[in-house]
Amino acid sequence: MFRNQYDTDVTTWSPAGRLFQVEYAMEAVKQGSAAIGLRSKTHVVLACVNKASSELSSHQKKIFKVDDHIGVSIAGLTADGRVLSRYMRNECINYSYTYESPLPVGRLVVQLADKAQVCTQRSWKRPYGVGLLVGGLDESGAHLYYNCPSGNYFEYQAFAIGSRSQAAKTYLERKFEGFTESSRENLIKDALFALRETLQGEKLTSSTCTIAVVGVGEAFHILDQETVQSLINEFEIVGEEPPADEATVPDQGGVAEPGPADQGTPTDQGVTPMDV
Amino acid sequence: MTKQQANWSPYDNNGGTCVAIAGADYCVIAADTRMSTGYSILSRDYSKIIQLADKSLMASSGFQADVRALQKVLAARHLIYQHQHNKQMSCPAMAQLLSNTLYYKRFFPYYAFNVLGGLDSEGKGCVFTYDAVGSYERVGYSSQGSGATLITPFLDNQLKSPSPLLLPAKDAVTPLSESEAIDLVKTCFASASERDIYTGDKLEIVILNASGIRREYLELRKD
Repeated sequence: MFRNQYDTDVTTWSPAGRLFQVEYAMEAVKQGSAAIGLRSKTHVVLACVNKASSELSSHQKKIFKVDDHIGVSIAGLTADGRVLSRYMRNECINYSYTYESPLPVGRLVVQLADKAQVCTQRSWKRPYGVGLLVGGLDESGAHLYYNCPSGNYFEYQAFAIGSRSQAAKTYLERKFEGFTESSRENLIKDALFALRETLQGEKLTSSTCTIAVVGVGEAFHILDQETVQSLINEFEIVGEEPPADEATVPDQGGVAEPGPADQGTPTDQGVTPMDV
Repeated sequence: MTKQQANWSPYDNNGGTCVAIAGADYCVIAADTRMSTGYSILSRDYSKIIQLADKSLMASSGFQADVRALQKVLAARHLIYQHQHNKQMSCPAMAQLLSNTLYYKRFFPYYAFNVLGGLDSEGKGCVFTYDAVGSYERVGYSSQGSGATLITPFLDNQLKSPSPLLLPAKDAVTPLSESEAIDLVKTCFASASERDIYTGDKLEIVILNASGIRREYLELRKD
């Protein structure tokens, strides 16, 4: 993407029928650290990579609880993400107050998309620079949506956004057909495996990632560090194959494993980020 | 020319009585479950007690439609607080929020007479008592509603909370055990049901302590 004379204003079309400012906003999403979502019939798992700007600082919060039945993970300008999360929380509270029932996920994402669209059609605004993976449960089941800065939204079985998300997407494309019937544990494991793909060699520990789950009978919550670390240990120690994969090539898992020598000391890897 | 009078009132009184007692490490909140209008009974099994947070309970008598609206507002505000602070509201914080919420409608008040009970940040029992527009005070025990005039003098006699104006300062907490407090509450309502027509049917008692929350029920006179 190169600079041209049609990209100054969000309200200026290019001759080819493109709004460059909106496309640049979507670039911002691609630059953010990875966020992944997967869903089964009864659960949705959101996972993201924690990037701390330096060893001294805490990592940014990228997963937000919106309501008991909805959560969101973001990639891109996290400040924009925070503001949109606050909007989503308000919408859920107001809906609950009026209708005494939880806001259906599909309704929330439309409102969010419409809010994003407004910023693509006002000369005094700029598009939100954040992509949101909205995961939630309502009467019609488990849902995962991706909301774009452009104001578009799509429903997914599994998706990944942010930097090096293509690696995760490739993994998810291989496995997604089994997700609907997947158990909660396998879904979380798949999320961790997909996350590991985006790290490309870097060590996957509980301090470099955050996982959140919502499901039938289970309110949205972020898993605590010990739980995540023990899940990571489970599959690293066993040198395990990604779960429930019938067409597995047996040596694929063993060769790809990073050095198993440091299995015994997972919890003191690097700086523990300040917990919010 | 006489002043024009309204031919309807936005308020109604659904009767009922609420009591709360604070202990050293527990809090007891109780309310009867009778809901009435005029001389009729609307329900014999209507709860006036709501849990607003982990450690805060509110019992309200008065106009139950306003009570319900007030409960919803507080619940929504608590959710916002949890999103912003990542923790539950403490009982004293909830007490202030309730006061502000009531005063917000100073010129069209919630017709609700509230007692807030729970555990403070030190784990001690606390009770806050309110008027309809938000004036509140932390006390050792309190009673509100149609039977309050019958119950309060009895509690004064049994519990005699020291005045906050006394020096040296004394704790606003009654030296009563949990089971003694529960028995006292049962006695209060048994007596109030005898003479107050708006109090009776069933008594709901909620006990909050370090191990969590517990409910007890007691049958009262149904006449």
